[in-house]
Amino acid sequence: MKIQILGSGCAKCRSLTAIAEQAAQDLGLAYELEKVTDVKRYPEFGVMFTPALVVDGVVKLSGKVPSLEEAKRLLT
Amino acid sequence: MSSLTLDPEVRHELRIFAVLAAVFGAAYFLPVGTPRFDAAVTEALELTKWYAREHFVLCLLPAFWIAGAIAAFVSQASVMRYLGPKAPKPLAYGVGSVAGTLLAVCSCTVLPLFQGIYRMGAGLGPATAFLYSGPAINALAIIMTAKVLGASLGLARAVGAVAFSVVIGLLMAFLFRREEQQKASAAAALPEPEAGRPLAHTAAFFSVMVGILVFANWGAASQASGFFAAVHGVKWWLTSALAVAFALMLWRWFGIELARISVVAVAIVGTAIAMPGHPTWPVLVGVLGLAWLTAGRDDEAGEWFNQAWGYTKQIVPLLLAGVLVAGLLLGRPGHEGLIPSPWISSLVGGNSLAANMFAAVSGAFMYFATLTEVPIVQGLVGSGMGPGPALALLLAGPALSLPSMIVLQSILGLKKTAVYVSLVVLVATLSGWCYGLLVT
Repeated sequence: MKIQILGSGCAKCRSLTAIAEQAAQDLGLAYELEKVTDVKRYPEFGVMFTPALVVDGVVKLSGKVPSLEEAKRLLT
Repeated sequence: MSSLTLDPEVRHELRIFAVLAAVFGAAYFLPVGTPRFDAAVTEALELTKWYAREHFVLCLLPAFWIAGAIAAFVSQASVMRYLGPKAPKPLAYGVGSVAGTLLAVCSCTVLPLFQGIYRMGAGLGPATAFLYSGPAINALAIIMTAKVLGASLGLARAVGAVAFSVVIGLLMAFLFRREEQQKASAAAALPEPEAGRPLAHTAAFFSVMVGILVFANWGAASQASGFFAAVHGVKWWLTSALAVAFALMLWRWFGIELARISVVAVAIVGTAIAMPGHPTWPVLVGVLGLAWLTAGRDDEAGEWFNQAWGYTKQIVPLLLAGVLVAGLLLGRPGHEGLIPSPWISSLVGGNSLAANMFAAVSGAFMYFATLTEVPIVQGLVGSGMGPGPALALLLAGPALSLPSMIVLQSILGLKKTAVYVSLVVLVATLSGWCYGLLVT
């Protein structure tokens, strides 16, 4: 699966990246992670609130950092 | 070209060498012993101590909780609805000009939201209004400006930012009215609005928090009698009454255990009795107690703690660095740092148009990390900057910086960015000038 993290590199985006990776590893998923830092690409996803978590092209979460449990739920 | 491309490993080592060489050079030529430098170091430390004693516990820590509560309890999606593509224009401008209070607590969210409103929402005008006012009217900026620089400059900053954001937004929309913006194909994905509490509860909760902040920071009045002096005399009783109301809300509305709240209350009262005349300590115990009550929970109180703690750890180091640098360069009010005061007053003293313009232009290009504009403007005012140029700097400074211009240019294109920057400088100059005429 393809996991994309949208965010310009602020503290929340970094913690979302770490949590998403941790969740994917805990679940034993085969994944590919991309950090989308270019603000211009956000409208492709329809995202206004960063950080955002996009899984296989679907916006799963936007504007907040999930707990590890919540992230696992979003990835399955 | 191949001779210029270095092996990454070599480049890494070279970078370490460059850092070491720079540190050595700085240490070798360190002007320790020259009176101006030694005085400036003292100033930097004195200013930091003053912030720690006067502003940190009573003002900044409660402000982080308020900012965290805004992020956790105010439904941002419902605010964005008024900035959508179908929102009536006057409403969109109005909401755009004040939405920064609710949406832009962190400066790193401003540009994505701006682009969202521009491409997926109400368009260039309301988006520009949001972009201009956002950094100036977020809760932390208003609170710190009013506390450190005085209520009049704090109010002027908030009112100036909101009023002129509409002006700038309308001008941008008018100037580029012919350019039809193709909307992004994807509809904006807004976060699901959470099942909220009744609006009256939210309003009461925020009023109590703001009340605690206001009364705890109520300054001594210049006269011995009158309303302000009377309030000052009973400010800790008022603060305590609000704190009791706050505790009841935590218990009834947030489901925090009464027993744990009582422990914190006893600790606060105990500290107040043990250290009479030092209200900072009971407040600090209260803030730490609130953290103990809310941290690690799975419900919205836990989310509130996470947001408040997120702002705290993001902003405190930046502000500390800002205070140290401002103290080193500019000194406390009435003292000199590295930069001689006559330089400051000759550039931005008084209230000439040139002084306002200089403050606005330098503010537009300079980068201010969140809230650091406050100690810097405080230092400048202490070294002879006029109130008008101070406002001009406060209006143009956080709204723009060289890095944000570069991102903006990639969203808007060169022409619109150049027009926006010129409008910001122009409007900041004029509002600073008007404010300077009013107060002097």
